[in-house]
Amino acid sequence: MELIAATPAWAELAYLVAGVLFILALRGLSSPESSQKGNQYGMIGMAIAVSTTLVIHANGLPFIIGAIVIGGSIGWYIAQNIKMTAMPELVAGFHSLVGLAAVLVGASAFLNPAAFGILDAVTGLIKPVSRIELGLGVAIGAITFSGSIIAFMKLSGRMSGNPIMLPGRHIINLGILAGILGLIAYFVTDQAEWIFWTVMLLSFAIGFLLIIPIGGADMPVVISMLNSYSGWAAAAMGFTLHNSAMIITGALVGSSGAILSYIMCKAMNRSFISVIAGGFGDAGGPVVAGSAIQKAYKAGSAEDAAFIMQNAESVIIVPGYGMAVSQAQHALREMGDLLKKEGVSVKYAIHPVAGRMPGHMNVLLAEANVPYDEVFELEDINNDFSQCDVAFVIGANDVTNPAAKTDKTSPIYGMPVLDVEKAKTVLFVKRSMGGVGYAGVDNSVFYMDNTMMLLADAKKMVESINKNLAH
Amino acid sequence: MEFISELSIFVLACFVGYYVVWSVTPALHTPLMAVTNAISSVIVVGALIASSAAVGGSEVSKWLGLIAVVLASINIFGGFAVTRRMLAMYKKKEKKLPVPATAAK
Repeated sequence: MELIAATPAWAELAYLVAGVLFILALRGLSSPESSQKGNQYGMIGMAIAVSTTLVIHANGLPFIIGAIVIGGSIGWYIAQNIKMTAMPELVAGFHSLVGLAAVLVGASAFLNPAAFGILDAVTGLIKPVSRIELGLGVAIGAITFSGSIIAFMKLSGRMSGNPIMLPGRHIINLGILAGILGLIAYFVTDQAEWIFWTVMLLSFAIGFLLIIPIGGADMPVVISMLNSYSGWAAAAMGFTLHNSAMIITGALVGSSGAILSYIMCKAMNRSFISVIAGGFGDAGGPVVAGSAIQKAYKAGSAEDAAFIMQNAESVIIVPGYGMAVSQAQHALREMGDLLKKEGVSVKYAIHPVAGRMPGHMNVLLAEANVPYDEVFELEDINNDFSQCDVAFVIGANDVTNPAAKTDKTSPIYGMPVLDVEKAKTVLFVKRSMGGVGYAGVDNSVFYMDNTMMLLADAKKMVESINKNLAH
Repeated sequence: MEFISELSIFVLACFVGYYVVWSVTPALHTPLMAVTNAISSVIVVGALIASSAAVGGSEVSKWLGLIAVVLASINIFGGFAVTRRMLAMYKKKEKKLPVPATAAK
């Protein structure tokens, strides 16, 4: 049996420095000005962690460098070519890679524990504490992997975004979860191969089963939750390897994802448990049936919309997932520019769960060169609607529904919403009157006297508004 | 004893993470997810240890390690690069226009 020397003190320090640089990377994101610098700290931290490891484990370097070059070029290529609208599925895909890497590292530590220095000198077996850490790390990694794969497929449209409900799924899930925890506990007393592989397989299965019943609209929570899991997986591996950089990073990422999940749940007024239980936005049910009655609404044309906005003093634009789907952000920015030329004040109002991941709308608007100081969060702009002339809603629906404030029977009751109905005029861009939002609820804003429905594809509608504004 | 000191690092880092992440502006939540993705690939350290195990160790273990190095590298390079690309898009208004106080955020 080969003996592994303890990590030298200088390397321990280097890992600590890497951990601190990762903290600074997140700290940089407190404002757009400092964010680039933060990202560089992150890169330096990673370079330190990797090169330190390579120096103290200098073996088989050609293969390792080959692997880094292959992975690095794939990653670089994807990052340069991905469309900004595809960011949610990219992030989900990246999460799955972290999960799978954690599983592979765990498996390889189990197969060659000596190389990782986790053998007990007396018994020649893996140390009991390390077995728990290894078991947990592999389990969380596997859940992250299979869950993220499902999230990736749902977000990229390779799989229907509708919740898929299995009968008795809560009992199955709880049973599997109990099985995983029980096996990990048993693993401490018996270092049998079958236990390790069974834990891994069950964890793959539960990741899959957990995400399958969750609908597309709950994806902001899911993707944040998987973000958190990928952190906990890294932290568990960090405990196994006694590596402070991994422990610190895992804790940072884990709490980051947890906070984002909390923010997303709060913005939908849903509990974390109800999101995980899944099924929200399942089509059918009495709510949809009740809304089938035809109500009177006013439809308008691009010309009307252009005329109203030209003569307004202030316009607040409310983008939603529909804007991302039709890629209308560039046309929208152009509309904003044309209006500003006419002396109209233009602002953007973002609901925290607009889109499919936290901050989704902000990135798309930034991509279209909308200055970030024109973009406001819900609580900062909601009071402005009552003083504004036009609320221009594009591709958003439930986040503007007043029923969330008034109708206790509504499934979205209690969710914070943007008060668009308080604006003098509401222009509502929507593909057709038939569709309802993800919650399957009708929106009374459609039928108000001061609302004009602009029924068309978001991008085409904005482009023809722009034509009318230009002359 | 070793476990307790590692646990201390972990718990303190959770608190640091909690305060740091709450200070992240909501506009940058997508880049936050991308960069946390990149840094959680620090798991590459484990993959490197597995792949560099001296001759005599399990061959399977080594190859699993190398695959993990490839996966983690995709994430590291991809994650940091895409974060950089996104952050470069966030620009301030060019003209000096009167902005409401909330814009200072």
